[in-house]
Amino acid sequence: MKSQGVETSNTDYLRQFQEGESKIIPQLLELKKQALTNFEKLGFPTTKNEEWKYTNVAGILKSKFNQAGEPGLSVNDIKYFLPEDAKSILLVFENGKFNKKLSHIENIPAGLTVGDISEFSTHHAVVNHLGKIAHHKNESFVALNTAMFHQGAFIYADKKFTSDQSIHLLFVNDARKSPTVSYPRNLVVAENGSSLKISESYYSMDSAESSFCNSVTEMFIHDNASVEFCKNESENNNDFHIDYTSAFLQRDSVLNMHTITSGGKIVRNNLRIELLKENGSAHLNGLMVTNGETHVDNHSFVDHASPNCYSNELYKGVLDDKSHGIFNGRIYVRRDAQKTNAYQSNKNILLSDEASVNSKPQLEIYADDVKCSHGATTGQLDPEAMFYLRSRGISENESRALLTSAFAEEILDRITIVSQREKIKDLIHSRLKKGSE
Amino acid sequence: MSLLEIKNLKARVEDKDILNGITLTVKPGEVHAIMGPNGSGKSTLASVLAGRDEYEVTGGEVLFNGKDLLDLSPEDRARQGMFLAFQYPVEIPGVTNANFLKTALNEIRKSKNLQPLDSKDFLILMREKMKLVEIDKAMTQRSVNEGFSGGEKKRNEIFQMAMLEPQLAILDETDSGLDIDALRVVANGVNALRNKERSFVVITHYQRLLDYIVPDFVHVLYNGRIVKSGNKDLALELEEKGYDWIKEEVAEGAKI
Repeated sequence: MKSQGVETSNTDYLRQFQEGESKIIPQLLELKKQALTNFEKLGFPTTKNEEWKYTNVAGILKSKFNQAGEPGLSVNDIKYFLPEDAKSILLVFENGKFNKKLSHIENIPAGLTVGDISEFSTHHAVVNHLGKIAHHKNESFVALNTAMFHQGAFIYADKKFTSDQSIHLLFVNDARKSPTVSYPRNLVVAENGSSLKISESYYSMDSAESSFCNSVTEMFIHDNASVEFCKNESENNNDFHIDYTSAFLQRDSVLNMHTITSGGKIVRNNLRIELLKENGSAHLNGLMVTNGETHVDNHSFVDHASPNCYSNELYKGVLDDKSHGIFNGRIYVRRDAQKTNAYQSNKNILLSDEASVNSKPQLEIYADDVKCSHGATTGQLDPEAMFYLRSRGISENESRALLTSAFAEEILDRITIVSQREKIKDLIHSRLKKGSE
Repeated sequence: MSLLEIKNLKARVEDKDILNGITLTVKPGEVHAIMGPNGSGKSTLASVLAGRDEYEVTGGEVLFNGKDLLDLSPEDRARQGMFLAFQYPVEIPGVTNANFLKTALNEIRKSKNLQPLDSKDFLILMREKMKLVEIDKAMTQRSVNEGFSGGEKKRNEIFQMAMLEPQLAILDETDSGLDIDALRVVANGVNALRNKERSFVVITHYQRLLDYIVPDFVHVLYNGRIVKSGNKDLALELEEKGYDWIKEEVAEGAKI
């Protein structure tokens, strides 16, 4: 049964597509029209769809979002959102629109291409990969993003490119004038033997109105290349975010993925990793630190399509108040993917009686010579540890903050983009301290 | 004035009465040893004094520096100068010893309206105290008690005590599970912290520890009561004769 609200919204999105159609780059028109057709066919998912059982998007669709006008934020507006070295390479998007003035792309080293994807539509990497890694045929929010996006980050590393510099992407929602929707679309391509470190942050300007961000990131990691990608979602507690991040891994390639969520009203992260050639490895780390009525749904899918690949997934959650967390991790080992090593673990701490977690680790194995394991634990803080800390003069609140921060740091310490790690640690620590007051 | 006054203290855990009327007075600078057979209530006494909430006090009172202790939270007891060296120190993964101690020290200072110690002063203080119980720098950077040997854990308790400088330290079976070398290190640490102001309540099953930490008074706890008190010679007598004669004496007394 489709509700009236959903249908109304559907029409809204179609109207928005038509309004923006004239701005579409001709090379992308075919892809976008196809995606729109897919979206019309798929509609928005309901909770009857097993994959969306716990996350009801009807609440998102009730609000009437508009695509915002031209960017207008100042350096001061975004100062707080930036890690300390972000001056090196930085792309800023405001309600999904590229803000060139606030970005820093003047000192890009040789072998690296970074910019707004709309300026690179004829680049061979865009032609070859855009729209081909994230599945818009059967995922309505990927289809919607593909139909609607205009801008986003394009990052391309030549063969053997390597650099100490990290690339920072900043997406700011600004719903101070009216509720906004944005469709950032990112593409990362790392050629043979190259390495990239990318941090991607989502923040919102303080506002009573909410914003909806429907982001998609595609990554293609060629032979022997490595990518570290750190996603930091720290939006306001009335914002919606639905993210799809998909990566294709080639032979001997490595992906270090971090997904850190510390805000939002409804956040849904869909992570899809395809280990397509031998000896690829994916390290997937996740952390949610939530309070209020925040709802965070982490869905991951790791496809072991080739032999000798490795995946290791560790997701943690610290949930307070009435917040709700979901971990749904699926590992799929195909028949030919012998000697697969795949591990999955989900650990949660509930700080209040009203916080809850649904954890569903899943293994589907069709090969016979594999090492796989999965597990999930959810509990409270160790009362013995709490008493120990308090018996040394540390207040109950501070003790709780110490223990939860330590729990979270196992994930945060895996981030090697130092400036971003420290920024996120500050965010998480202040949230955990505030949460316990 | 007495530092600690326990008057007819009664406590239970779940439905079981464990302390059945303990009375004990500790003056500044004194070392009291509390001995007794297993199950006599020694560790319960330590837990009740430190504020562990699974114990329910059913009678009596405890004054610390003249103020009611039992109303205070565990952290407030620590801030007023009470320290418990745990029988089984807890492992806390992800929190370094140094960070833990700095937080504790500064929370105690804050409660006394003192400025927090900055990193430099804290390090200077820590280096000075590390020597007392042979703690090396690597140990201060490890997670609290995580993967520590039994001896390291007990040394770490005394190290914390040295850092926090309490008025009253309760050592709960700090000697259990220690070999003689580790015992000596721990005892030397404790002795270095003895002074005219600071008092100790040393809870132990064995007399051995009291060769190194010589007590002013020895009390025997049995069935949740102090049934005998004396000086250090009482500990030697217990070492020689065991606890059975005490139990018999109590039984005799009950008959009369």
